[in-house]
Amino acid sequence: MVDVTLQSNRVAQATRRRTGLRNALRRKSMVAFLMTLPLILLVLLLVVYPAFYSVHLATLNKPMTKFVGFGNFEFLFRRDTFWLVVKQSCIFAISAVVFKALIGFIVAHFVHNVPAKKQRKWRGMLLVPWVIPPAMSTLAWLWLFDPSYSAFNYTLGLFGIGPIPWTGDAMWARFSVILVNVWYGAPFFMIMYLAALKSVPEQLYEAAAIDGANWWQKIWYVTLPMMRNIIAITTLFSLIVTFANFDIVRILTAGGPLDHTHIFATWAFRVGIEGSDIPLGASVSLFMVPILAIAAIFILRDVTKRGNEA
Amino acid sequence: MSTVTIDKSGPTRKVKYGSMSRDRAWALRWSYFFLVLFAIFSLVPPLYMLITSLKSSAEISAATNPWWVYHPTLSNYVELLTSNQFLRFFWNSAWVSIIVVTITMLISVPAAFALARMKFWGSATLATGVFLTYLIPDSLLFIPLFKMFAVIGDWTGIQLINRWYVLLFIYPTLTVPFCTWIMIGYFASIPKELDEAAIIDGASWFQTLTRIFIPVALPGLIAATIFAFTVSWAQFLYPLVFTTSTDQLVLPVGIITTLIKGDVFNWGQIMTGALLGAAPPLIIYAFLMDYYIAGLTAGATKG
Repeated sequence: MVDVTLQSNRVAQATRRRTGLRNALRRKSMVAFLMTLPLILLVLLLVVYPAFYSVHLATLNKPMTKFVGFGNFEFLFRRDTFWLVVKQSCIFAISAVVFKALIGFIVAHFVHNVPAKKQRKWRGMLLVPWVIPPAMSTLAWLWLFDPSYSAFNYTLGLFGIGPIPWTGDAMWARFSVILVNVWYGAPFFMIMYLAALKSVPEQLYEAAAIDGANWWQKIWYVTLPMMRNIIAITTLFSLIVTFANFDIVRILTAGGPLDHTHIFATWAFRVGIEGSDIPLGASVSLFMVPILAIAAIFILRDVTKRGNEA
Repeated sequence: MSTVTIDKSGPTRKVKYGSMSRDRAWALRWSYFFLVLFAIFSLVPPLYMLITSLKSSAEISAATNPWWVYHPTLSNYVELLTSNQFLRFFWNSAWVSIIVVTITMLISVPAAFALARMKFWGSATLATGVFLTYLIPDSLLFIPLFKMFAVIGDWTGIQLINRWYVLLFIYPTLTVPFCTWIMIGYFASIPKELDEAAIIDGASWFQTLTRIFIPVALPGLIAATIFAFTVSWAQFLYPLVFTTSTDQLVLPVGIITTLIKGDVFNWGQIMTGALLGAAPPLIIYAFLMDYYIAGLTAGATKG
């Protein structure tokens, strides 16, 4: 008798618990939380935690046994190579982004001029550099820049221009690295600007034409203000990606000649992985954070603004 | 009657637009001229890959015109496609990419649905956080991640470094934030009435997602899938850091570390390998260009 009541009691409790669970599962916030849980875990464990772990690593000595505080940073500040890397990263990122933005803008206009039916074909061809994995296309550039069999030098030689040391000389190597980056990144700008150009209402141009605006004034007073937001987002985004670039420099020059093309990512790899000084490598890559953070804040502001406009 | 009116307005219009259309015609000619120049600039490296891949080693080292193939041969392709090592790289790449795409979709689609439709405590912050995560580059995280997985190996005895499947843990950090972000955008653009109707009809949240949102936002889903695939296929830094044994390498790293032996560059094979490595993204792009571009431009719009 006692047994039975106890059992039924237990069953009731179990069902109550189960319905409680079911209710919880039916609650919107609970479902939403469960749906986002994998995402939250991924971001916390594999992005946020490593980011802080990197700060921790940067304060250790080479065998990672002792806390040295800012020792790694002090060491870096005393090294000429570090300042060379800082300078080169800035030159690389800024000039590459400027040229990508300019070429992208110009090409987008040309594509926009072409009759709508043919635009697809041109757009398709011009986006190819962005589609090929950069590691693969940089190999093609490396071969085009080959010291003894360079196809570019062969072509230039036909015009009597002497062999150019594309990757052998410090200044030329910097130029080559930037050139390949522009080649790879300009199509992205082109596509973004083309989408923005298409969203500018035709009436604005008609109104400007009636007011007697010339071609340049139309661009300056109509196109640019209308595209300002997308230009800002694309440029900042590209600044982040270019500043953190690894593939192109690594494959094309591996930082050489004599560290004259190293940027933060490649030097961090050289020091941290190849030189197995993980703390120093972590410190080097941490120097990217301020610039990335500033760019990210501005992007976020612009993207939110854009969201509010729409 | 109607023909008369057209005839009447015809000449005046023609005169009016005469100078305009001449300007247009010139602008068009210049546009084509520069577009051809830029197209050449864009296509020279991939075309040169193709040219070189059809040459024999003897022809490559001969001092002939490098832009022309005098004795086309498929020997480079045959050699690579019958080499177990190269096929291994290809399969590693394919497996990593396919599994990563699956993981990415399984994580980001429900998350995007929850963030777009089920407002809960902290959902706006989380959406912003996802976007910020997308902006964190791989070159910032490779050192701490490498150390992290080394430490995990020491603690638990599960050796993940130098195994191709370690990439399955790492690539989602690149693909999931972006895919979630653009899926939020696509889901948010779906009219609210649609899911309200589904809820009224007694559909659960899960059913609303699978029966309404996924079919309606399919173009976005395809764009996100393409993005995840191309990112995983092209990733170079993480596999370079995490894998070293030749049987664990993915294609980009495999080509660079095995085909370049010291100072000896077998360019015919390198270019063939590079072209074969570039082929899957290019083929996807050729057939699904509109989705590809939609995914590309969606990143800059708020969800």
